[in-house]
Amino acid sequence: MSAPAGATAPAPARATGRGDGGGRLVLLARLAPLAPTVALMLVFLAGPIAYALYGSLTNTALSGYRAADPEFVGLDNYSTLVSSGEFWQSAWLTLLFVLASAVVGQNVLGMVVALLLRAARGPLRSLVSGLVVTAWVLPEIVAAFALYAFFSGDGTLNAVLGLVGGEGAGGTAWLVTFPMTAVILANVWRGTAFSMMVYGAALAEVPPDLAEAAALDGASGRQRFFRITLPLLRRSIGTNLMLTTLQTLGVFTLIWVMTGGGPGTSSSTLPVLAFQEAFRFGQVGYGTAIAVVTLVVGALFATVYVRVLKPEVD
Amino acid sequence: MADTRPTAGASAGAAGRTPAAPPVVVPDAPPAPRLTSPQRRGTSVAANLALAVVGVAFLVPLAWILLASVDPDATVSVSVPTRPTLEHFSTVLTYDLTFLPLWNSLVVSGGAALVTVVVATLAAYPLSRYRMRFNRSFMYVILFGSCLPITAIMVPVYALFVALGMLDSLLGTVLFLAATSLPMAVWMLKNFMDGVPVSLEEAAWVDGASAMSALRRIVVPLMRPGIAVVFIFVFTQAWGNFFVPFVLLLDPAKQPAAVSIFTFFGTQGAIAYGQLAAFSVLYATPVLALYLLVQRLAGGSFALAGSVKG
Repeated sequence: MSAPAGATAPAPARATGRGDGGGRLVLLARLAPLAPTVALMLVFLAGPIAYALYGSLTNTALSGYRAADPEFVGLDNYSTLVSSGEFWQSAWLTLLFVLASAVVGQNVLGMVVALLLRAARGPLRSLVSGLVVTAWVLPEIVAAFALYAFFSGDGTLNAVLGLVGGEGAGGTAWLVTFPMTAVILANVWRGTAFSMMVYGAALAEVPPDLAEAAALDGASGRQRFFRITLPLLRRSIGTNLMLTTLQTLGVFTLIWVMTGGGPGTSSSTLPVLAFQEAFRFGQVGYGTAIAVVTLVVGALFATVYVRVLKPEVD
Repeated sequence: MADTRPTAGASAGAAGRTPAAPPVVVPDAPPAPRLTSPQRRGTSVAANLALAVVGVAFLVPLAWILLASVDPDATVSVSVPTRPTLEHFSTVLTYDLTFLPLWNSLVVSGGAALVTVVVATLAAYPLSRYRMRFNRSFMYVILFGSCLPITAIMVPVYALFVALGMLDSLLGTVLFLAATSLPMAVWMLKNFMDGVPVSLEEAAWVDGASAMSALRRIVVPLMRPGIAVVFIFVFTQAWGNFFVPFVLLLDPAKQPAAVSIFTFFGTQGAIAYGQLAAFSVLYATPVLALYLLVQRLAGGSFALAGSVKG
């Protein structure tokens, strides 16, 4: 293509040159390779977002004449949303799901496993980290079926509980009686590998001499971890919390396969509820409004994340 | 201090909770030396015990898939088959049940990965090579886009696809998947490219090569492992994605394995667990193999470092 041969990079003066036509042409030529990326992101990322903002203000239906000719209804969908018990229940379930499975479950277990891997000896270490990673690399639908089997009435969990607890201990229908507990544990199983790898890498970079010095001063293992290691990992922990939160906010398949959001809507997080409203009850406009709320929450977290990573970009 | 910001993983947020962009880190660094050795032995025994418990908890659901796939009387509970058989595999290995869906998965994931890698490599070049005021804001948008849970909003995506007349189109699905992986891919490839010294291209420029031919002849060959890593990340992510094709592809003849496994097994009253497990094995093996390949290619923390360094 057309960047001139003399354009030795980096060349700030010419790239930002304004006023003369030549400078502008050079700039255009240099930006040309970005065009396909920009086009794809405009159509398929910005497009749905813009369409969501607009669609949430209409009464679009899945089928029938409101599918072909939706009406503009202003903020009706949002006022329905705010006064709907189902929505607030779902918002609460989403909060619970994210807090319990990502912020607490995956992060704490990930850190614990990373620490154990450093303290343990022998072949068990690569075996266990391999198993944890496999749970995460597996296609989500396969993981979801495996966990469905594990938690279902005649599943392995109840079989084990029956063996250990004797009479009546293995009779709980987990997916029906405690659907949220089941999907939270499932998401911990599924996603811990990510936190484990992040913390494993971060722990490897903590200089050992700090902990040694503290040990010489008589600090216990617990003190060394909470007073030295943990503060040093602050940034890793911050970004990891952010990323696991964003991932968990978008979880759909796991819940859809295991409980279908049910019984009723008792395990419908926001992505699941949006899907149910749109495709089960045909209210695409209303479902879109729920999607917008999810997106806004995600965008808030993403903004914090970008702020944390600011030095990386500059 | 440890600068472990797994931007690679940000894509997981962008494209659904899939084994997205695994930061390839083997947490096998030798443990920090302890001072008191009797205590150390006690600690490592306790740690091994605790690790064994964790390992069993992660093993059991995985073992179910493997055992049920060869168990003629498979149920939802883990049990060792008394007379193992391959009959489930021979039952599911038909054109409609396995080969067509896997082929569709290959087309969708391969297409998405190819489009992503080509488009992102092009974009990475000006972002890496020219110092422009524009670059910074662009990288912010990229970073933001890489963690927005865009696949959580499949309802408006569906509505948009209806409006564009792209519903049930393989090409549309491929382009959407590519677009959702682009932010992560651009971010990673830009950082890989930053690691290729500019001096090599300068020599080419002196010889009269254009920027694009320098990219094709010099930069791309040098960052082949990085490109392969990104390709495999996107491929794996698309291969495991259920929600996107579930919403965007309606014709069973076009649906990839993730959707066909759900429509075949998920909606039937009495599930044939053995067949479900056998199909899962067939469907999951390629991504597990690819993950091992990435670890080979990436050599430890290379991929993570590449995706993280600013």
